[in-house]
Amino acid sequence: MIPLLEMQEIVKQYPGVRALDGVTFELRAGEVHCLVGENGAGKSTLIKILAGALQSDAGTICINGAQVDIRTPSVAQSIGIGVIYQDPHLVPELDVAENIFLGHEPLVGASPFVDARRMHDEASSILARLGERIPTQTRSSDLTVAQRQIVEIARALSRKVKVLVFDEPTAPLTGRETENLFRLIGDLRHQGVGIVYISHRLEEILRIADRITVLRDGRRVVSVDADGVTIPQLVQWMVGRELSEEYPVIDRQVAEEVLRIEGLANARLRNIDLALHRGEILGVGGLVGAGRTEFVRAIFGADAITAGHMLLRGKPYMPRDPADAIAQGLGLLTEDRNGLGLFLQLSIRENLSISSLLQYIRRGVIDADAERRRVAEFVDALRVRPPNSELRVDTLSGGNRQKVVLARWLAANSDVLIFDEPTVGIDVGVKYEIYVLMNELAKEGKAIMVVSSDLNELIGISDRIAVMCDGRIAGILPRSEATNDAVMTLATAFASIEGAHA
Amino acid sequence: MKGLFARFGVGVALALELLFFGILSPHFFTPDNLLNVSLQISITAIIAAGMTLVILTGGIDLSVGSLVAISGVLSTSVLRMDAPYTLALPIAVLAGAAIGMGSGFAAGVFVTRFRITPFIVTLALMTIWRGTAFVYTEGRPVWELPESFAFLGAGRVVGIPFPTIVMVIVFFVVHVVLTRTRFGRYVYAVGGNVEAARLAGIRTSRVLTVVYVISGGLAAVSGILLASRMNSGQPNAGLMYELDVIAAVVVGGTSLNGGRGTVVGTLIGSMLIGVLRNGLNLLDVESYVQQVVVGAVILTAVLLDRMRSS
Ligand SMILES: Nc1ncnc2c1ncn2[C@@H]1O[C@H](COP(=O)(O)OP(=O)(O)OP(=O)(O)O)[C@@H](O)[C@H]1O
Ligand SMILES: [Mg+2]
Repeated sequence: MIPLLEMQEIVKQYPGVRALDGVTFELRAGEVHCLVGENGAGKSTLIKILAGALQSDAGTICINGAQVDIRTPSVAQSIGIGVIYQDPHLVPELDVAENIFLGHEPLVGASPFVDARRMHDEASSILARLGERIPTQTRSSDLTVAQRQIVEIARALSRKVKVLVFDEPTAPLTGRETENLFRLIGDLRHQGVGIVYISHRLEEILRIADRITVLRDGRRVVSVDADGVTIPQLVQWMVGRELSEEYPVIDRQVAEEVLRIEGLANARLRNIDLALHRGEILGVGGLVGAGRTEFVRAIFGADAITAGHMLLRGKPYMPRDPADAIAQGLGLLTEDRNGLGLFLQLSIRENLSISSLLQYIRRGVIDADAERRRVAEFVDALRVRPPNSELRVDTLSGGNRQKVVLARWLAANSDVLIFDEPTVGIDVGVKYEIYVLMNELAKEGKAIMVVSSDLNELIGISDRIAVMCDGRIAGILPRSEATNDAVMTLATAFASIEGAHA
Repeated sequence: MKGLFARFGVGVALALELLFFGILSPHFFTPDNLLNVSLQISITAIIAAGMTLVILTGGIDLSVGSLVAISGVLSTSVLRMDAPYTLALPIAVLAGAAIGMGSGFAAGVFVTRFRITPFIVTLALMTIWRGTAFVYTEGRPVWELPESFAFLGAGRVVGIPFPTIVMVIVFFVVHVVLTRTRFGRYVYAVGGNVEAARLAGIRTSRVLTVVYVISGGLAAVSGILLASRMNSGQPNAGLMYELDVIAAVVVGGTSLNGGRGTVVGTLIGSMLIGVLRNGLNLLDVESYVQQVVVGAVILTAVLLDRMRSS
């Protein structure tokens, strides 16, 4: 049988990095083929070549046995290849419907005018298939990261496709959205669409994969049927060694209170009470749109607060702006690494040290050696690849970029660390390292707050989990009571009541 | 050749240009001529150093040409007042600098507090200051200045023109600020991604405002030097300087989108354009033809830089 898609011996060379070194990849119609590998293994690069966004240096691509030359993204679209990129690129000034139909807007008859009504109707119906009710008039700059991801998926679905590629689609999504997405992938598969699926969430992979291809350092390790593959086996292929534990043993002492929040409210938040202690990792759970990001931004002085008060180390705390919060010992890792975290045209070093430059100032100027040494320590500890801190961050893979923003806050040496989706896009091996690191930080007496859409992660690392719903805290679960079901019940606590009213 | 460009960018273009004129004109490589070139470029180059900071933050400052006029007119007027020169000069310089920095501060406030784009804010300031310079002088130059004032624009220290010395100091300081200080790092960060900069703990409004103050201040310094060289405060001084200055910055490899560039590049860009003008003069090329050549060289230089970075 001729496969739907064949990529043969693909090579891609960057200055100093061979991202792909003769990779062969095959996709059959109606299968879900998962692509896994460590950060920087070459997954996104392979996909970008398929999408016409990058040109390979060698190798061939065949669709249904016929060789094709995918020079540009529009060629890829015309032969039925749809791609949902790891880092969504929506046009911020356009609304949801306009973004979804960008480049193939429905027209009024044969006129040059866009049929706006039809465009919005079709956009809503695609979103409905994804189980979402994002208003299609919303400007995409006003969307959350998760909503942007969903719009990106809708965009790919708005065209007729034979091959559909998902590059870490669920990274910003929570359980409910993920379930909807999987249902949809199931439908497409029955219609004979070939699906490439990239993710670092290995449980997900084992759930939906028909076949799995593992990449390591730009080479293919194996391509196998997914039946009977286990997570340890996958990890072994990915990192070349076994990982014993998923989460470190929690061996820390929760000590005195450091941050107290009372009656906090603003446009998106209602009456939040919470206390955070030294030596504690406090998880914050909830569905997309529950207000988790808004909550941590408010604490950090990034958004206005309209009511309530806070105490930091027993003293009144009301940050004017993030600079003020940082000066008082807070740090916030944002969920949107490309939009709000990184300076893409600056180097790894400059990105990493931007919030801790005071540490390196000697006689008014930056001590370049001290800075370089400290940056190198973090690049080492988090295994940033390639390990050269002078590279521009925009040459890094998604997961490696995440390590850089994370390291910025570790370097800033804050007392109260708030991490919004810290491990998004990070591979299993390094994830474990990050958990160990957080555990160490908590042991040193720091207070850590972690927002995560990955329930297993939340349960695995938190001392307590505060679950948010509809801008409020629906409940706080101690570690002993934190189960999947308990979190999910709280996450939908108010929604279901309101749903009954509506 | 291609490799050389990749490493040194416009520096290579400058070297080629020097070689070209050196071969064609025997006068080109005389110390006198080279010092003369440095004097000619100093006025706009000093402004370009400040403009580099503004453009690095993703902004633009169109008001610099008019600031040259108003600061020149103002400081020469102070000099005409009935006061001993040793007292009048510092006051004159301070008055000029104050109006430049004050204008920059106003620009910063409009850009950061009222969120009006730099292009519009500085365009408005450009016409305001030009108009003010004409109204204030009633369209006539400010003449009859103390003789010793001429030193600033035409004097020499161990043979080196004073404006050249100022230029070297300005570039050295801006270079150190950009590469070695926290403020310099913040300039790049703000230009790269303002919101990310804010969340990283940078007071972005402050950085932006300071940058416009520096730009305005350096424009005023140039205005005073120019007034001294012309021995008068001219309300039409510095006309269209903003364009020359922006050209020098961009030719020097700084991105108009912000976040990328160096002040060393700007110095080379200024020299590239200055040397070209000087060389064409030595070769007796007609001034209209010169304009065409300068435009073509600017385009080529920027094109080469793009090819280098892609
Ligand atoms: N523009 C570029 N210039 C230089 N190197 C690059 C560039 N883009 C990617 N690379 C390198 O190519 C390699 C593969 O990157 P790729 O994005 O394909 O990884 P990935 O498998 O998708 O990783 P992740 O799981 O982190 O998303 C990495 O080492 C990366 O640093
Ligand atoms: Mg990737």
